[in-house]
Amino acid sequence: MTTINKKIRRRSFMKVSALTGGGMMLSFNWLAGCSPEKQEEMKKELALPDEWYEMNSYIKIGENGRVTLMSANPEFGSNVKTSMPMILAEELDIEWDGVIVEQADFYPERFDRQFTGGSQGIRRGWQPLRTAGATARQMLVNAAAQTWQVPAGEITTAAGMLYHKASNKEAGYGEMASAAATMEIPENVELKNVSDFQIIGTSRKNVDGKNIVTGKPMYSLDHQQEGMLIAMIVHPPAFGMQVRSVNADPVKNMPGIKDVFVFETLPDDYERMGFDTSSFTKLVAIVGNSTWEVMNAKKQLQVEWEEAPEKKVVVQGWSGKEEVLIPGGIESTDGHKARMEEMAQKKAQVLRKDGDFEAAYKTAAKTIERTYNAPYLAHNCMEPMNCFADVTADKALVYGPIQAPEMIMPALSACLNMPRENIKINLSRMGGGFGQRAYGHHMVEAAVISQKVKAPVKMIYTREDDMSYGIYRPTYTATYRAALDEDNNLIAFHVKGGGIPEHPVAANRFPAGAVDNYLAEGWAIQSNITIGAFRAPRSNFIGGAEQSFLDEVAELAGKDPIAFRLELLERAKNNPVGTDNDYDPDRYAGVIKLARDKANWDSSDNSNRGVAAYFCHNTYVAEILELEMENNSPVIPRVIAAVDCGIVVNPDAAANMGEGGIVDGIGNALFGEMTFTEGVADKQNFDKYRLIRQAEAPKSIEVHFVENDIDPTGLGEPLFPPIFAAVANALYKSTGKRFYNQPFGKDLESAGSRM
Amino acid sequence: MATFTLKINGTERQVDVDPSTPILWVLRDHLKLTGTKYGCGIAQCGACTIHLNGNAVRSCQLPVSAAADNEITTIEGLSENGDHPVQQAWLELDVPQCGYCQAGQIMNAAALLERNPSPSDEDIESAMNGNICRCGTYIRIKKAIKKAANA
Repeated sequence: MTTINKKIRRRSFMKVSALTGGGMMLSFNWLAGCSPEKQEEMKKELALPDEWYEMNSYIKIGENGRVTLMSANPEFGSNVKTSMPMILAEELDIEWDGVIVEQADFYPERFDRQFTGGSQGIRRGWQPLRTAGATARQMLVNAAAQTWQVPAGEITTAAGMLYHKASNKEAGYGEMASAAATMEIPENVELKNVSDFQIIGTSRKNVDGKNIVTGKPMYSLDHQQEGMLIAMIVHPPAFGMQVRSVNADPVKNMPGIKDVFVFETLPDDYERMGFDTSSFTKLVAIVGNSTWEVMNAKKQLQVEWEEAPEKKVVVQGWSGKEEVLIPGGIESTDGHKARMEEMAQKKAQVLRKDGDFEAAYKTAAKTIERTYNAPYLAHNCMEPMNCFADVTADKALVYGPIQAPEMIMPALSACLNMPRENIKINLSRMGGGFGQRAYGHHMVEAAVISQKVKAPVKMIYTREDDMSYGIYRPTYTATYRAALDEDNNLIAFHVKGGGIPEHPVAANRFPAGAVDNYLAEGWAIQSNITIGAFRAPRSNFIGGAEQSFLDEVAELAGKDPIAFRLELLERAKNNPVGTDNDYDPDRYAGVIKLARDKANWDSSDNSNRGVAAYFCHNTYVAEILELEMENNSPVIPRVIAAVDCGIVVNPDAAANMGEGGIVDGIGNALFGEMTFTEGVADKQNFDKYRLIRQAEAPKSIEVHFVENDIDPTGLGEPLFPPIFAAVANALYKSTGKRFYNQPFGKDLESAGSRM
Repeated sequence: MATFTLKINGTERQVDVDPSTPILWVLRDHLKLTGTKYGCGIAQCGACTIHLNGNAVRSCQLPVSAAADNEITTIEGLSENGDHPVQQAWLELDVPQCGYCQAGQIMNAAALLERNPSPSDEDIESAMNGNICRCGTYIRIKKAIKKAANA
């Protein structure tokens, strides 16, 4: 067992109280269970005050034995609302069936990581949740020891029961809960051995499953309140434009319309947080009684637009404060392509350099150069952006889909001119996230509208508003060069990546460390088209590009693509180049071998199979995808994935997440694309923006997990990036043609395929 | 504005709305039946699927004036206790991720099984192709439909 000492921090991170009506509540915050060093690191990272006693999660045990667990992280479909409480329940040593899980709201005075994103929920929650569960269990044991007058060490627990074998005594947790509430929080608690887990590692159903399949209101778009008005926004039709004037009168007289006005959210001189991205800070609001009436008014509204000037804003991002230029001008995809081609030829920022790439490349036996491109992508969450807000003179309630509530609090406070303590953010289940809901502009918009009309308001984006608003996955390009010696060893590797408005290169990732002469460079072009996190930011392009390129390098070397990757990882393990390589070659090779074995790769002809492997968000993934051209259209009979994310908390839910990442990746690889003409998003609804559908999904997906005792890491993102390359590499096998430009469906179509 | 009498989930309901109002917004705004979801408003995503006389239709494209005097079933009325074979299969296979599209998927699947009690893979692909799941739960949806068919 692992003993966790909380002596120096128990007062700060845990609190016990008696429940009215009997029972105990152990509140804790998520730094409980972290090492002091880790706490300091996280405090710094999360900008926590030194003295901090607030609790943001709890375990409640009623006298009737009913256990309620609080899930703090917002739920957008990754199933954290089930899997995180499972961790608590495990160490508390209770039966899972019958546990009640509640969604925590967000409180401004409780700064903490109530953030779902970056595949970090389970990874960061692991130790704190285990410690909290074990602490509550120990307090119940101590209460029983005192009641029964026996040594605590002789008491055992199982499935919510306490036992003292020698005296033949037993009690349910509920019977001891009130006594436990009077116990001192123990200095040390023991955590279970991984081999003793009864809940973790077993598949448990989504706690909200029944509510979902019966259509219960769970999303903020479903929220109803007496006196609530419906609001919609009208944003500029093109990036680089702004509101000049509105002719509101004709619309104000339409049925059900209450008000039409121009409003502003973030002032230009407001110092933004990293997630304060707002494409348009001056918008038109239409407020009325019902959605259809407001929609009709929106269609009729006459707004005059004008070109927006260039502006500079100060952004407090992850890497510190910086001034960001938002250029003026109207941009189009054609112009972007030309500028990217031009920039790709210029000198770029060197991100990592080992050996001398150019010298090795010049004298090599064989060389290869390839360029990969990918367009902007829209998130397209099925639930369009929306938010309920009820702002009165002195307080505000905001309820909406948000991945990062703490990140939007300063903007809400500034825009409402209200102290944070008076603002409450309630967290709804989200109809998808994918990075889009990390940005809380919709909450600010709803709150400002509610404040203006002095009424509770539910603000709704139409699908068109949502798709054309921005905060897209950036457009990227990367040019790779590689060189082989006479014996077909990879001796030089160069990646030069760029994009609008950021480059996608992660310089210390594989194959860095496996090549003597390695060069990574990046460049970027600024734009007024806003971008944001999108499932596995940057990795979602560069993973696919890199793994497509390695496939071609393996072919040039005359090697099997799996054997070639394993050979490089062997080199990185035994004789690594450089010291900053951010992957574990053994775990990387482990997933490739697992996928190889599950696919019987070595004894199959593999003539329709593409392989790819990638490491990001702390998790290793290898994927083998089978693709056939049937009736001139691509069909994917089978995908085999191997994943190393450490301990798997909820295996079937984890597999579901993996399947989703794979389907999403295939869809975006084949169809995903946003383009612009004169600043206007060319696709504004699903008639033009193609998402993968039932008939195009793979016929089967297997997600295999490496079994180990390593602390768990995330799953929401890592299966997504490599699938782009698995598709491209399988397409090559099936068509004889390499695919360099996403979405691949376009090239397939121009080559005569039915898409 | 006009008054319409609607037969929804076996109950008669009266609403006073503009005759062009899609039944989707009548359900959501006026009758507080929010299980039926708004996704695209142009019959491209299937999130708003309901049954009209047993057939799956897109409620975002169906004006209230055309829906009156017809039997309307929404996800809330598909079964008394959430125990329709399709709902049960959905739970057994733990289909949903974010869950937002699933009411529409379930309504479409239930209508499919009404007219074709043992659909092939191709039948399912073709019938369900109008329902987008952004989370990518398509494989589980297909499995759940087959499970419900065999229930």
